[in-house]
Amino acid sequence: MDAQPALDLRGVTRRYGERVALADCTFTLDAGRTLVVFGPNGAGKSTLLRILATLLRTHEGTAKVLGHDLKKEGWKVRGHVGLLGHDPLLYKDLTIRENLRFHARLYRVPEARIDELLEAVGLTVRADDQVHTLSRGLVQRAAVCRAVLHDPPLLLLDEPRANLDPAAADIVEPLIGAASGRTRVVTSHDPVGGLVGADMALGLQAGYTALLEPAAGVTPEMVGELYR
Amino acid sequence: MVTYGKGLRPLSIVTAILLAGGLVLALFYAPIDADQGFRQKIFYIHVPMAITAMGGFIAGGIAGIMYLRTEDAKWDLRSYTWIHQALILALGALITGSIWAKTAWGHWWVWDEPTLVSFLIVFLLYCTYQPLRFSIEDRDKQSRYAAVFAITAGAFVPLNFMAVRMAQSLSHPRVLATSEGGLPPEMQLPFYTMIVAMILLFITLSKYEMASKNARAQIRTLRRRMGGDEGPQRRSAAPSLPATTPTSPS
Amino acid sequence: MRHAVIALLRKEAALELRTPQVIPAMALFSVITYVVFHFGLKRNQLEGDLASGVLWVTILFAAMLGIARLFVSDREEGGFDAFLLAPVDRTAMFVAKAISMFSYLVLVQVIAIPAFVILLLGPTPDGTQALNLVAVLALADLGIAVVGTLVGALAVQTRARDLIVPMLALPLLVPVIIGAARASAPLFALHATALPGKWLAVLALYDLVFGLLAYGVFDYLVED
Repeated sequence: MDAQPALDLRGVTRRYGERVALADCTFTLDAGRTLVVFGPNGAGKSTLLRILATLLRTHEGTAKVLGHDLKKEGWKVRGHVGLLGHDPLLYKDLTIRENLRFHARLYRVPEARIDELLEAVGLTVRADDQVHTLSRGLVQRAAVCRAVLHDPPLLLLDEPRANLDPAAADIVEPLIGAASGRTRVVTSHDPVGGLVGADMALGLQAGYTALLEPAAGVTPEMVGELYR
Repeated sequence: MVTYGKGLRPLSIVTAILLAGGLVLALFYAPIDADQGFRQKIFYIHVPMAITAMGGFIAGGIAGIMYLRTEDAKWDLRSYTWIHQALILALGALITGSIWAKTAWGHWWVWDEPTLVSFLIVFLLYCTYQPLRFSIEDRDKQSRYAAVFAITAGAFVPLNFMAVRMAQSLSHPRVLATSEGGLPPEMQLPFYTMIVAMILLFITLSKYEMASKNARAQIRTLRRRMGGDEGPQRRSAAPSLPATTPTSPS
Repeated sequence: MRHAVIALLRKEAALELRTPQVIPAMALFSVITYVVFHFGLKRNQLEGDLASGVLWVTILFAAMLGIARLFVSDREEGGFDAFLLAPVDRTAMFVAKAISMFSYLVLVQVIAIPAFVILLLGPTPDGTQALNLVAVLALADLGIAVVGTLVGALAVQTRARDLIVPMLALPLLVPVIIGAARASAPLFALHATALPGKWLAVLALYDLVFGLLAYGVFDYLVED
């Protein structure tokens, strides 16, 4: 179990019609490590996350997530991945608690876990308010709860610090940060902050890999080059 | 790469011969109907068109199943083309049916003829195929959804035919004989010739359409390879054949 | 799969109860349509074939409203992704949505049928006829629910959603109208006769064919 990397991608390609969204992506990531993905908009960051989440299929190449080949055993991966994207994936007319209960039932997670998480992010007071009444920051906190509800070993985070004030960012850090011990793939536009806590760095440009190095050897200037 | 142009010329010639021959047989060899006179002969065009169109729609549904199973764009192209051609033939069946109704009973439309009514419903349904495709921008999704539509509509065609026949069976006895049995021998030869001719026409026109689309896709791929995009992709309802993965930019 | 279906149904119920939109709209639409028919046909009372036709056309058009809304909240609020990430059978969504649509129809008909009897129907049906009508409603509603779920899922990903729904659903539902209208006509006649069994068989066959078909293809509609 420890010998196998958590993520093992080889030549993964995804197209949209005739446009290439992600081309020939190859890397491995060990369990418990963090990969930070940089790149301008449209570079393929979100596509990569969605492929790892089993939401998108690959057109070429092989991808092994948590030891399972996505093409043949993608469904086995599903309960072990947590996705936090731009969309909070919460129904606006339902309360936070109702939303989390829905997810808990889908993942067969006991309800006690909901209270535990709400407590951890400081949302217990607003738990019975409808999502559309909450500020963007609180919605993001609720989304974090949703993403880690089933205690996934793999976390996919699309610019997680967006919409969070520094205090809130600290609150959710133990759940989704490097210290949580989970394998993480994080996209970021922040050349400095993004490298903090990262073990590997991947830079994408128009779908192609422009940079793939251990994070220690990457400077913010190298990241800046991607955006030129 | 698949080419659809193989054997197109001999096929077209055979089709043309059979069509011409069938029409000649229908006009001159087949007996004139005692009740309806010469006008009944439109039956030799109307019914083969209807049968071929029905077959085309169902074939489009089967191609849809194959596309979902194999994800090979070739099946999506076949599904699209066969439905397209079947739609044209269905329109022809409706028009010839209407002409026949006018000459036989004096009305441009009769509700008593279940084939005609079924075709109107099926025609209206398949008219939504192209708008449905056009309104989905993502090409992969478009092909997938079109396949689901083709399968649903293909299963619908026989069900609909059956239900409409049952609904009308209380009124008029069936006036157009579409079953194989029951045709006097002098009518059989032109009738079967026309059926085969229509099926060949369907296949020939389908091949032309697929060959044309395939050629266009190849040209587009070559243009891209030779230098630069040709700009933003225009939205289209037609299926695209996949380009091969371009090599990394230097 | 059952627990996923139940989870989805509870979510649907919570949403509709929180902001009741679809059911009241469909019910109101039905009643106003009766008024429109009264003026359009210039009749105070209907019976037999005509009564049956008006009732079923109204039910069908009210269903269009429900079908158009069926997947909207999921589409707009990222519900599809949330569901796709979960370790559940994707067909559970089809089952849950079809059950939801069926429930909408039943709840609307609880208002729409009595309204029809009061406003437009001439002869008053007795107990046996009422039961027969329930049988027809059950089978027809099932067909509408199954096809409606399929069409709703197809339409929600297109840009012309509210246009596509009636264009697709109405032709597909013609056999349902044929079966349901023909089956109910004798129940509304002046000298009411028994329910013709063959039309129930047609409805049942339609439900079976499309039920199986929708169950088989639905997976392909939800994934990205």
